[in-house]
Amino acid sequence: MSLEWFINIITNNWPMLLHGAWMTLVISTIGTIIGALIGLIIGVINTIPKMNVGGFRKNALKIINGLLRVYVEFFRGTPMIVQAMVIFYGTPLFMQWLEKAIGTNFGFSGDMPALFAAILIVSLNTGAYMAEIVRGGIIGIDKGQFEAARAIGMGHWTTMTTVVLPQVLRNILPATGNQFIMNIKDTSVLNVITVTELYFQTKTIAGANFRYFESFFIACIIYLVMTITATQILRFFERRLEGNATYQMIDEAGITRPKNNE
Amino acid sequence: METIIDIRHLNKSFGSHEVLKDVNFSVNKGEVVTVIGSSGSGKSTLLRCINLLEYPTGGEINYRGENILSKSNLNDYRKHLGMVFQQFNLFNNWDVLHNCTVGQTKILKKSKEEAKEVAMNYLKVVGMERYINARPAQLSGGQKQRVAIARALSMQPDAILFDEPTSALDPEMVGEVLKVMKELAESGLTMIIVTHEMEFAREISDRIVFMDKGVIVEDGSPEQVFNNPQHERTKTFLKRALK
Repeated sequence: MSLEWFINIITNNWPMLLHGAWMTLVISTIGTIIGALIGLIIGVINTIPKMNVGGFRKNALKIINGLLRVYVEFFRGTPMIVQAMVIFYGTPLFMQWLEKAIGTNFGFSGDMPALFAAILIVSLNTGAYMAEIVRGGIIGIDKGQFEAARAIGMGHWTTMTTVVLPQVLRNILPATGNQFIMNIKDTSVLNVITVTELYFQTKTIAGANFRYFESFFIACIIYLVMTITATQILRFFERRLEGNATYQMIDEAGITRPKNNE
Repeated sequence: METIIDIRHLNKSFGSHEVLKDVNFSVNKGEVVTVIGSSGSGKSTLLRCINLLEYPTGGEINYRGENILSKSNLNDYRKHLGMVFQQFNLFNNWDVLHNCTVGQTKILKKSKEEAKEVAMNYLKVVGMERYINARPAQLSGGQKQRVAIARALSMQPDAILFDEPTSALDPEMVGEVLKVMKELAESGLTMIIVTHEMEFAREISDRIVFMDKGVIVEDGSPEQVFNNPQHERTKTFLKRALK
């Protein structure tokens, strides 16, 4: 182990490392965003009030909630590395079977580019966790907010989008950030489906120069830089969502003037 | 006189617990009706049933002659009734102005400018027009409740329901809210009020309804109910309430 090796590895392989870091960021960022959207949608569906909806809608709602439950349990209850293998290698087999069974595969052979598969897997995984986080966030909002919205005449959807979700988003931001950090690290397991993210690249580099410690130590630092940067960005958003500590009063002439910031 | 709300044989139970038993009750346009009674008498539940925050287990609620319990879209009905809550329930994520405009733009489909004009008008009525940029967390209880009243007024409803509007307030803030309510009552607004403020009820109400154990025991003018109650239960309650 010597400092020279670190410098050597970086100077000889920086494009590969940079590409790996870039892929890691792309997969974890897109995966977290799509996952958060999945979570929000599930959260909204889960909290549709059961009061006085008709028989058909009630049953449809029950079935949908049941399916969503299965989805959440499956993705929370199995390791992402295993899901990656099952989905990446299983989808082509499933499409083949489907073609035999019903005569068409809808023009999709089931082979997907590794990057697409990676984003899909991270999104589905994050969605399952986010669904629970969002549900918790919605339950945590004061009942009075829902009642006030309903009393004004808002339906479930309007109540959610104008009153509840803005408050939920603020409350779940720390948990979402947590999920994002976990995704940056956990995308490393996607090397098993040949995604050229940071871990995969490092393994390739180390396989060529046999300097495992030095290579992975560099990867370690890069991961740390990415996660710390992500944390700082999220903190910034959190602070912005806090809003101003003071407000402006309006005087008789309708002109705003600053409030005393004691 | 035009009847806005007419309730017939209303029942409400939570499980096996019957909270409202065969309640009959109606409110005319421009009337100020105050519901009094001890805690647990069902008066808040009655109010919450009127705009269907609680769904009745039986009976009819006729709004302008139509039984709304037979309808599937309740939100269309709710927008015609304002509600002021004990805990204010202002939308925490919006400032004062937006609290008063969001319903108008989203539900009544008014333009932003129009909604703002209406909101400012009512914020002036409650004396909160200078605080339009404040968020609920930055206001005192009395201020919040006055904004909540402006929010209800901004929807220009047929009637406003007040569910113990001063019960969560510090004593020195009760006055400012009652003053606003008194002005509204004098302006001809239809109001249904649940309150423990007996003097206030006597002063502003056209009618007093006394409830006990889920039934309406007495329903009459303030003079009648306060000075000449017909039932023993009313007498006992008033003796305790007026001290």
